[in-house]
Amino acid sequence: MSTKSFSGEYSVVFKNLKKSFGTAAVLNDVSFGIHTGKITTILGFSGAGKTTLMKHILGLTKPTSGDVEVMGRSLGEMSELELREFRRNFGMVFQYAALFDFLTSFENVAFPLREFTKMNEEEIEQKVMGLLDSVGISKEAAYRLPSELSGGMRKRVGLARGLALDPHIMLYDEPTSGLDPITTHTVYELMRDTHRAKQKNGFTSIIISHDIHATLKYSDYICFMEKGQVVEHLDVESFKLSKNPVIRRFLEL
Amino acid sequence: MKQMVVSRIENLGQSIIDTVNGLGEFTNFTLKTIYWTFKPPYRFVLLFDQINFIGNKSVFIIFLTASFTGAVFAFQIYTGFKAINTDSFIGPLVAIAMAKELGPVLSGLVVAGRCGAAMAAQIGSMKVTEQIDALEVMGINSYQYLAVPRILGATIALPLLSGLFLAIGYGGSWLIGTKVLGIDPIMYTQKISDLMNLGMIAEGLIKATVFGYLIGIIGTYQGFNVTGGAEGVGRGTNMAVVWGMITVLVVDFFLTSFLVKIL
Repeated sequence: MSTKSFSGEYSVVFKNLKKSFGTAAVLNDVSFGIHTGKITTILGFSGAGKTTLMKHILGLTKPTSGDVEVMGRSLGEMSELELREFRRNFGMVFQYAALFDFLTSFENVAFPLREFTKMNEEEIEQKVMGLLDSVGISKEAAYRLPSELSGGMRKRVGLARGLALDPHIMLYDEPTSGLDPITTHTVYELMRDTHRAKQKNGFTSIIISHDIHATLKYSDYICFMEKGQVVEHLDVESFKLSKNPVIRRFLEL
Repeated sequence: MKQMVVSRIENLGQSIIDTVNGLGEFTNFTLKTIYWTFKPPYRFVLLFDQINFIGNKSVFIIFLTASFTGAVFAFQIYTGFKAINTDSFIGPLVAIAMAKELGPVLSGLVVAGRCGAAMAAQIGSMKVTEQIDALEVMGINSYQYLAVPRILGATIALPLLSGLFLAIGYGGSWLIGTKVLGIDPIMYTQKISDLMNLGMIAEGLIKATVFGYLIGIIGTYQGFNVTGGAEGVGRGTNMAVVWGMITVLVVDFFLTSFLVKIL
């Protein structure tokens, strides 16, 4: 089920996606595609439906109507077991890293490798230390628990864990919230460098954010959402010139 | 006045809906855990960790509870039995009470307090910090990874603790009965084989197994249903202990009424 390379134009396609919780419509007829091999940021105010959209990409939430296609496959047609296996195509960095607090940084990164690969401990150690090194985590910090790391270090370990299974699509849920401006910049640089290193294989990065400045600097495409609808989905340069009043307000912040 | 009546009816209706929803969610959770118990991969390491946590690490508190319960029990019934010259029945009475009732129920209450709370707190804090979402995103079923080992661990460990409770409790009562109250040691034990049978021990072990399962399922369910940060974790932990203890006591009544007829 795991598909390690994908060359279609869009890694993710939303088709008339609607989602309601009770009477509240959270996503209202969302239709657009996320370009393969690019960094796309889903931008919007709080409550715009960004996180719900991301959960649909992962198949963690079922749409009320419509469909999501990921790497050419309809998530709606997959069984629960197929979906679980398919999720190995994704890596994810959570808002507060979501590292397993009972495991060290090393063990957190090794976790998916131990679960899903047949690598022996020596190979796992080599791969984990390589990943941690690539995100700037020292050998000493590798054996610390998440509670002993700073917010920025946790995000880096989260990124290393997300990359462990060589995913095709990397998702970042507000990856810099709670970080100071310098660390925010460092984390974004790291995300961009990671993306560039894997871009030629169709590696796609999707960022959920409301940080307009970082979004303009590091994204290829921006999808702006408001009240469960896509207001604009444009490349960065076109986005900057958008005449939409809501976007103008966001840009002028 | 009319508005107040309408409001009360609405509140009542909402309570009924919430209760039915809650029961539905609990049933759904139970069925999911049963389903994932039998699906590979089988996580034996996690299961042994839980048996160790629930069983091995509860031995000291079970030792204290059982020894003092046995000792106090011997003291209490000695006065009455001595008055009617039946103190030779104290030993078998303590053993039967420990095997059928006190062992499983008190072990259940101890485990509900110690481990039910821990299950809800561990899983609940993982829920509010998105660690459960992280498992799901990796394609790992969180019910199978977190709930199943805890439920099975409690189901296996509690009968073992109950058996230990019987042995230690009886030992405590023997010590007080023979060394403090002066009952003849041979007399204290000789009637056990006449009055006690394997069915009584089986009754206690069956009860403890059921209690273990229920404590496990309540503790993990409360953990998975935590919402709202640290306060929610506290609420879930509290609910796990309260419901775990109430369930042990209520189910004990129904199980006893059923088991006395068949054993």
